[in-house]
Amino acid sequence: MARITASVYTSHVPAIGAAIDLGKSQEPYWQPLFKGYEPSKQWMADNTPDVIFLVYNDHATAFSLEMIPTFAIGTAASFTPADEGWGPRPVPQVIGHPELAAHIAQSVIQDDFDLTIVNRMDVDHGLTVPLSLMFGQPAGPNPAWPCPVIPFAVNVVQYPVPSGRRCFMLGQAIRRAIESFDQPLKVQIWGTGGMSHQLQGPRAGLINQPFDNAFLDRLIADPAGQAAVPHIDYVREAGSEGIELVMWLIARGAMADVAGGLAPTLKHRFYHVPASNTAVGHLILENN
Amino acid sequence: MALDKPYLDVPGTTIFDAEQSRKGYHLNQFCMSLMKAENREAFKRDERAYLDQWPMTEEQKQGVLTRDLNRCIAAGGNIYFLAKIGATDGRSFQYMAATMTGMTQEEYMAMMLGGGRRIDGNRVLGENGDAQPQNQPQGKHRKDI
Repeated sequence: MARITASVYTSHVPAIGAAIDLGKSQEPYWQPLFKGYEPSKQWMADNTPDVIFLVYNDHATAFSLEMIPTFAIGTAASFTPADEGWGPRPVPQVIGHPELAAHIAQSVIQDDFDLTIVNRMDVDHGLTVPLSLMFGQPAGPNPAWPCPVIPFAVNVVQYPVPSGRRCFMLGQAIRRAIESFDQPLKVQIWGTGGMSHQLQGPRAGLINQPFDNAFLDRLIADPAGQAAVPHIDYVREAGSEGIELVMWLIARGAMADVAGGLAPTLKHRFYHVPASNTAVGHLILENN
Repeated sequence: MALDKPYLDVPGTTIFDAEQSRKGYHLNQFCMSLMKAENREAFKRDERAYLDQWPMTEEQKQGVLTRDLNRCIAAGGNIYFLAKIGATDGRSFQYMAATMTGMTQEEYMAMMLGGGRRIDGNRVLGENGDAQPQNQPQGKHRKDI
């Protein structure tokens, strides 16, 4: 049977992707940030999964206002990195895992979560920046990401976005779905976005380090408690775009301890301010 | 019964909810059209003519023409959509963020390098933080205006 081996959490700031793509990662501004991901790249090399279930949000790229799915699972064989207005990122196609994705969709919908199933979708920086941070930039004559990825897009652009509690419960349903898949796959679940940031209005540039660090503490030790925190607390304390943090609760909800198993092991924790307009947070939790 | 909107008292912040989305539908879909290179060219060639193809309000069009992102947001724009106007202009996201505060890009960058905008005084309308309405615009060069 498939099993979830670990969860990874990271911000997905577009400027990080641009810094990688333009070869600026060793510049003084960016160097401290990328240094924080060096242990992560080693950990990824040592623990490459068979599939990554990657929770992220689209930023008015694949989804305009024509359709706004709250939860959308990518079931396609591949996904193309999107042109977000500055040209597509020079990164490989994202190869999907249609068999596992379809299995998860069927299981989770039967578990009362109404997913939108997407068979054709470009993926933006929300998905590709975490891959670049964790794997580095694929090189060589035929560059490719080291494993398949199932994109899982959450609406955090138009309010109301799903509550932390619902995200946490969805993560639990995703774990049940993965564990009922009849192939011995090692699956990682990633939660991306955040941390504190606001990109709009006179309050743009808001960063709240105490909030972010308390969130990291509680996500590790008391995820059910964190899941009960209402939207307004994120908006007020972490900025209008800081609400992206609810996506981390999907990944956390899929960990074994939430279903009565052992507590996970913290393999890495990192926090840095700023990356462009945003505070960057990062965790790796391994199931035991 | 009225909907619960506890976010209306957050200073300097407009939450893009279903009501804002309804108001801003055509403005945001216009922005979306700028994802295509030929549309960016057509917009740059004659902004007014391009905008007039969209059933937007005059207020929304003026917001776009003057690149006043706060005005666009008040008229239903969402920043992820509006960012496509900045991309068409060859502007960075940080430049766009700075314009909404009144700061120069340099002042805004310095604020971010200093740890970002502080939360204290900026949680609820009526406090006296730098994002509060009574303290706009921000930035040294704008204080004297």
